[in-house]
Amino acid sequence: MKRNLTLTVASAALIAGASAVQAEDLTLCWAAWDPANALVELSRDFEEQSGHNMSFEFVPWPNFADRMLNELNSGGQLCDLMIGDSQWIGGSAESGHYVQLNDFFDEQGISMGDFIPATVRGYSEWPKGTPNYWALPAFGDVVGWTYRRDWFERPELQEEFMATYGYELAAPETLAQLRDIAAFFQGREIDGTTVYGAAIYTERGSEGITMGVTNALYNYGFTYGSAENPYEIEGIVNSDGAVAGLEFYRDLYDCCTPPGSSDWYMSENIDAYRSGQVAMQMNFAFIWPGVNADPNVGGDRSGYFPNPAGPGGQYAQLGGQGISVVSYSENQDAALEYIAWFAQPEVQASWWEAGGYSALRAVVEDPGFADSQPYAQTFLDSMAIVQDFWAEPAYADLLLAMQDRVHSYVVAGEGTAQEALDGLVEDWIEVFEDEGLID
Amino acid sequence: MSDTPIMRLAKATPPGIGRRVGGLSDRAIAWIFVAPSIALLLAVNIFPLIWTIRLSFTNFRVNRPNRDVEWIGLENYRDILTDSDTWLSTQATAHFLFWTIALQVLIGFTMAYLINKKFRGNDMWTTIIVFPMMLSPAVVGNFWTFLYQPQIGLFNYVVGFLTGADPSSFSMIGDVALAPWAIIIVDTWMWTPFVMLICLAGLRSIPDSIYEAAECDRASKWRQFWTITIPMILPFLMLAVLFRGIENFKMFDLVVQLTGGGPGSTTEVTSINLKREAFERWRTGYASAYAVILFVTVFGLASIYVKALNKVKDR
Repeated sequence: MKRNLTLTVASAALIAGASAVQAEDLTLCWAAWDPANALVELSRDFEEQSGHNMSFEFVPWPNFADRMLNELNSGGQLCDLMIGDSQWIGGSAESGHYVQLNDFFDEQGISMGDFIPATVRGYSEWPKGTPNYWALPAFGDVVGWTYRRDWFERPELQEEFMATYGYELAAPETLAQLRDIAAFFQGREIDGTTVYGAAIYTERGSEGITMGVTNALYNYGFTYGSAENPYEIEGIVNSDGAVAGLEFYRDLYDCCTPPGSSDWYMSENIDAYRSGQVAMQMNFAFIWPGVNADPNVGGDRSGYFPNPAGPGGQYAQLGGQGISVVSYSENQDAALEYIAWFAQPEVQASWWEAGGYSALRAVVEDPGFADSQPYAQTFLDSMAIVQDFWAEPAYADLLLAMQDRVHSYVVAGEGTAQEALDGLVEDWIEVFEDEGLID
Repeated sequence: MSDTPIMRLAKATPPGIGRRVGGLSDRAIAWIFVAPSIALLLAVNIFPLIWTIRLSFTNFRVNRPNRDVEWIGLENYRDILTDSDTWLSTQATAHFLFWTIALQVLIGFTMAYLINKKFRGNDMWTTIIVFPMMLSPAVVGNFWTFLYQPQIGLFNYVVGFLTGADPSSFSMIGDVALAPWAIIIVDTWMWTPFVMLICLAGLRSIPDSIYEAAECDRASKWRQFWTITIPMILPFLMLAVLFRGIENFKMFDLVVQLTGGGPGSTTEVTSINLKREAFERWRTGYASAYAVILFVTVFGLASIYVKALNKVKDR
């Protein structure tokens, strides 16, 4: 509490002092999605307090990385503040795109201990596991599931499901149950419409299928490297468990997804769910406020559950981003003011209320948080089991290789899961060698 | 002499300037006018080309400004030419190129031949037919993604209606065997009118007197078609093939919108491969070498083709 008070006072003093000096035009860059709109509204408060003018540059997700990394790599001054993807942190830190925030956090009394540990590790630290911070956790996000509670609760369906599978039709707790439920709904007529089991990530062009398949891989025992050496991947990335996980994902795609869902990511899954095509959808948690408010599927008609457990444990793919100050900005002081303002507990609380997922522990650990929204508890449960993809400077090489190998196996049906992961190991080892990370 | 505006302007011009401008040769004045265009061309075309060639011999990566740039000679070229992915994307491009050009020339010429006949509403039909090529490829890509939707797509519905197959039993953009054809169909739908217009211009340039002379010689319609129409329209057809060939060799937007290069890498044409290397993996030196190879390939093939075209025209 004392720390929060100090932070608030320090931020207010900083903002008041700065606004007395000079008003700046600040541009914040992020992806074009619902949380960005919420942030625009929230930022009006900052404009009033500081006197600075906020502009926003939002780019749709499929082009977000291309557009923004191009901006950073060219030393562009379009963005003063960047809410960049967690995978960019290594490259942006090492290439000098982001300003290191340690001294600033110390001055302002901002402690990374006040944020959810997974988000600090995922969005702020580079190198991972070291107290070097390049961003403030801005938006906690994780892959989870949405399901049609109204369909699940229909007595005739519950009866039939029980007769078929021998257990109750409810939000699945294991991946095997998820597969059963998806198969149960696949091709079923509900209210005169043919519906399908689940919408899952299969997108080829950017990061989609990787963000999806990892939710099966992790839970079957896949890890990125050995505990001693993260770049030792032979026999780990292509372990028997990982192969089984990949086979599970392909089986789920083959058996239980809508026809034509061969290149689906966030927006396609949302559309399929909202239009009543699917019983369940995999998606990042950012969509849950929108689902809850949807006139067709919102309210009690939908439920939420974390990524179900597999034989190797229960994990979920981390999403979300941190907010950084771009080192090429000429308005760094004003950008830092924004971060100081954004870190305040009451602003973080408003952020959650507006539809943004705060990563501040004071917000998510508040006794009333879990009941504040129907999806709040699922968000907390999901954030407790996150794993993230590589955040190396060469993350794009690693990602592209995985996109290719996994999509070729899952969607195009080429080769076996073992061949796909063996190929992935070869690709990744080549990248590590190029980067000088292994001999 | 009357006091016209021109005369007033001449009188107002200081004698020194008049002499200086008047002293310039035609060649010098021409250079003054042409110089800005040349400077612009050098800045936006020639300089980047030379710079690209230079980068292609290095290991430069634009996202690693702190890393030393090394001169690696022909290593990038060797890597590209020995990479199986390069040849797979070249195969995908060749398949796309061959079938789009074949279909567009065949259908475009047939449509031009039919529309060249005098009939009521001729102009209106021409306008309607050329409509697809006026659309943005991004719009066309999105639009056809919906048409190919197995559950609600019109394309699947029509195929299902005609063949009796279940419309949701096949996915044009999600099936390895069908995805390349999905792109070929869309490109053909969009660009056949362009080929048709070129063919139409060719058909309308053939003087009626030649056909009248052939009629006098009692040549059949079939013989007129093969001995007059085809030879005289051949340069136009070859021109259409050249335009479409160059355009489709660098096809990008439509493929990205429809399949994103998938399923797997089935429709990953060379331009997508190049874009991934340059702007996703940020291997700038490697991508530069790739671009140089593509440039030389297109430039070389186009030069050979233009020579053949000129020979046909001379005949």
